Amino acid sequence: MRTNYAALRRLVPLRAMLQAVGQAAVGISYTAGGLAILLKDILSTLLHTKLKWDLTVQQMYKIGVTSLPLVALTALFTGMVLALQSAYQMRLFAAEQFVADLVALSITRELGPVLTAMVVAGRVGAAIAAELGTMKVTEQIDAMKVLAVDPIRYLAVPRFTAAFFMLFFLTIFADTIGMLGGYLISVFKLGMSSHQYLLRSITVLVVKDVATGLIKAFFFGGIIAVVGCYFGFRASGGAEGVGRATTLSVVTALIVIIATDALFTAVFYFF
Amino acid sequence: MIEIRGLQKWFGSQHVLRGVDLDIREGETAVIIGQSGCGKSVLLKHIVGLLEPDQGTVKIHGTDLFSLSAAELDAFRPNLGMLFQGAALFDSLNVRENVGFSLYENTRMPHEEIFGRVREKLAMVGLDGVEEKMPSDLSGGMKKRVGLARALCNEPKIILYDEPTTGLDPINSDAINHLILRMQERLQVTSIVVTHDMTSAFKVGNRISMLHDGVIIGTGTPEEIKNSKNPLIRQFVTGSSEDTPPQQKPGIF
Repeated sequence: MRTNYAALRRLVPLRAMLQAVGQAAVGISYTAGGLAILLKDILSTLLHTKLKWDLTVQQMYKIGVTSLPLVALTALFTGMVLALQSAYQMRLFAAEQFVADLVALSITRELGPVLTAMVVAGRVGAAIAAELGTMKVTEQIDAMKVLAVDPIRYLAVPRFTAAFFMLFFLTIFADTIGMLGGYLISVFKLGMSSHQYLLRSITVLVVKDVATGLIKAFFFGGIIAVVGCYFGFRASGGAEGVGRATTLSVVTALIVIIATDALFTAVFYFF
Repeated sequence: MIEIRGLQKWFGSQHVLRGVDLDIREGETAVIIGQSGCGKSVLLKHIVGLLEPDQGTVKIHGTDLFSLSAAELDAFRPNLGMLFQGAALFDSLNVRENVGFSLYENTRMPHEEIFGRVREKLAMVGLDGVEEKMPSDLSGGMKKRVGLARALCNEPKIILYDEPTTGLDPINSDAINHLILRMQERLQVTSIVVTHDMTSAFKVGNRISMLHDGVIIGTGTPEEIKNSKNPLIRQFVTGSSEDTPPQQKPGIF
């Protein structure tokens, strides 16, 4: 029987599929390259020029302080859920006292930094992309260049520095509140004594647990700012373009954060 | 003196500027007209160094803009002032901070002195008492005036206007045209105005050049442009949407 290639081609658009894969690969490489170049520009500007403290402090307030309630709520409920879910399993082995260990370890090593980064990426990363994107499409960034002010120094560096440090502090805060959530459930719901919970939490944690989580936080902060600035600076095409930049910024930041987290966890596991 | 030679620019596969040659003389107001999307604003962005050409040169007083390093370009930029299409005022700063932006950022001038300069430039564009207002509290015409005051703050030798009258009512448009004329008279600056508003072009221009399909197809005084034989220029000046000059068509009646 003769194969009807024309019909088959219509059924399975192989060429279009391959084209889509290729296009996606080119797009990802392009974005990755762009992010790397922006990071390089930010770091070299940071090293070679004086930091604009007033703008940095302003951004620290916007990125850090105003994110506190959201980070606190997320961490509190995560701690509570974690305690409940682990108690459900550990009850089978009558090992409910280990809930304290589990909550303390998973919050400080993993959930504290990652959830904080995700919440901040959604809230602050989007805001950075939207603000800079609007400035781009209304030609404010061009106007800044014409007035001989470097947008990287004036806009990107303060946001980068602020996010870099504020994620660290927010993560310390989230670690504490997360453990408080576990404490509330364990003490008031599972009937563990307050003293026992606190003692277990403190004894199980070693410096490395907390430190690895906090080291990650610095990088997550940097990622959120660089990605937000990149998509903001590249926005084009009016309100729709700004919307697209905002969405892309959040999605990209989340992916990069998760990938970086996996990389760091692997590195910390072996060293 | 601004010399533009063989300027070419591609955006992806789109060939926007196809070899622009243009001379702008010291102290004149040169108007560049052309249809929307023909590359007028792109040309302007090359003159101010915001875009780099794929081919060709832009020389301002003999300095090739694109041979300068970033720092040299920043040092050269106070010679240029630009009024953007939508004024492009910084939303997060008030009028005083907007107008004095480059002085606050690039100089160590005392703040009182900057404030004095800001008030002087605002007075020049006919504004008073708006120093502490935010851009969102200003009308379209006022925004353009503040944008012009900001462009003037460095006391540039060349001022570029990107569609200065677009989006304004006829009275405000005329006020902006008067301002452009006054700037030239009072400050003896070289001005480049990009527009598709012919009233404005004839009013402010010493010479008018028409950009079509990425090349300059004609340059002349407003009178010469008005009486041009070139069908493309004629069509643009009369504002006819027909491809050929309108003729009596045979109809039913």
